[in-house]
Amino acid sequence: MAKVTMTVNGKQCSGEVEDRTLLANFIRDTLKLTGTHVGCDTTQCGACTVHVDGRAVKSCTMLAVQAEGCEVTTIEGMAKNGKLHPVQQAFTECHALQCGFCTPGMIMAVSAMLKDNPHPTDDEIIHGLEGNLCRCTGYLNIVKAVKQAAGGKAGH
Amino acid sequence: MYAFQYRKAKSLKEAGELLAKDDEAKPLSGGMTLIPTLKQRLAQPTQLVDIAGLAELAGIDNKGGVLTIGAATRHSEVEASKAVKDAIPALADLASNIGDPQVRNRGTIGGSVANNDPAADYPSAVLALNAKVITNKREIAADDYFQGMFTTALEPGELIVRIAFPLPKKAAYAKFPHPASGYAMAGVFIAETAGGVRVAVTGAGASGVFRWKEAEQALAKGISAAAIEKLTLSADDINEDIHGSREYRAQLVKVMAGRAAAAIAGK
Repeated sequence: MAKVTMTVNGKQCSGEVEDRTLLANFIRDTLKLTGTHVGCDTTQCGACTVHVDGRAVKSCTMLAVQAEGCEVTTIEGMAKNGKLHPVQQAFTECHALQCGFCTPGMIMAVSAMLKDNPHPTDDEIIHGLEGNLCRCTGYLNIVKAVKQAAGGKAGH
Repeated sequence: MYAFQYRKAKSLKEAGELLAKDDEAKPLSGGMTLIPTLKQRLAQPTQLVDIAGLAELAGIDNKGGVLTIGAATRHSEVEASKAVKDAIPALADLASNIGDPQVRNRGTIGGSVANNDPAADYPSAVLALNAKVITNKREIAADDYFQGMFTTALEPGELIVRIAFPLPKKAAYAKFPHPASGYAMAGVFIAETAGGVRVAVTGAGASGVFRWKEAEQALAKGISAAAIEKLTLSADDINEDIHGSREYRAQLVKVMAGRAAAAIAGK
């Protein structure tokens, strides 16, 4: 067992974990932040995407102990003072979800993408979302939402 | 996952000692291959020695005609690095097409080259650019380093510290990614180096990355897609799986080589 301490959504969090505990499980089971979803558990679907020190990572493929001392942001940390993050707002307005299971990971991936590239082209959006799968295949509205969040106002 | 003990190494020396003391310990860098492998219970190490944060393995440096990249450099750092883009744009381009953004934010060049997955991208660049793999014990020439699928010249406890790429005159990489995994079905890296044209193929060889000598000869007098068009790659030593027959892959190698040659010729 190991003791881990990290900052999650701006708050310092500690817990006792097994060395093999995945970051996704620490977030969901120890911290009870269940907005981070585990879809495939094989590093493909991206539903478990969170930010670690500002970069999008798949939390099902990182050990909790590897995040020791890191700044972690989950979907629960995106809205501020009751106001949705611009990417969340755009997903809502563009109906960029169907069942919603992939949505937390999509929002985390998109917000990280826009930090690196605030005005992506369609091709860059598609390339940037290669790590996230939507089993409902609702990609068109997701791309639309990314463009809206980027200020592109696509479809409006 | 089977249980293991996680150790964060404080220095390269300590990491080497921990690994030398325990045959069943494994180094952990980005973990983009190792953690999925553990989750499938395909490996049962006693310890994971985390080397990702070591200062000795960090940094990108372009000096004296050689681009040196620290082993713990993440794919996303190589992709975005101005030094890499200026020195060997084909290498930055290769990095930008590995896996997906989340994988590139964790995976490292040293991890990829140490693992030597037969469908990984970096081994083709290391081989085509005639790079040196610098470890905590010695320097290994690319031609001696790759020894077949998932097999390298690395000894137990030996860790890659950095990789030194001599700057080529020209270089390009073309790959046909598997649509689901992003791994190369066939990837071809062509480089015009001081020692001549080198063509390295990943994703297709039955024994991992290899140099396509006939293509190197064909391009020696000038790099063009037309020179590749006349060649036929024998399918004898090409990998076959559910994603494609060996004949299909041999043809794919030729098409990718043609694309890489055309990219160089167009520059």
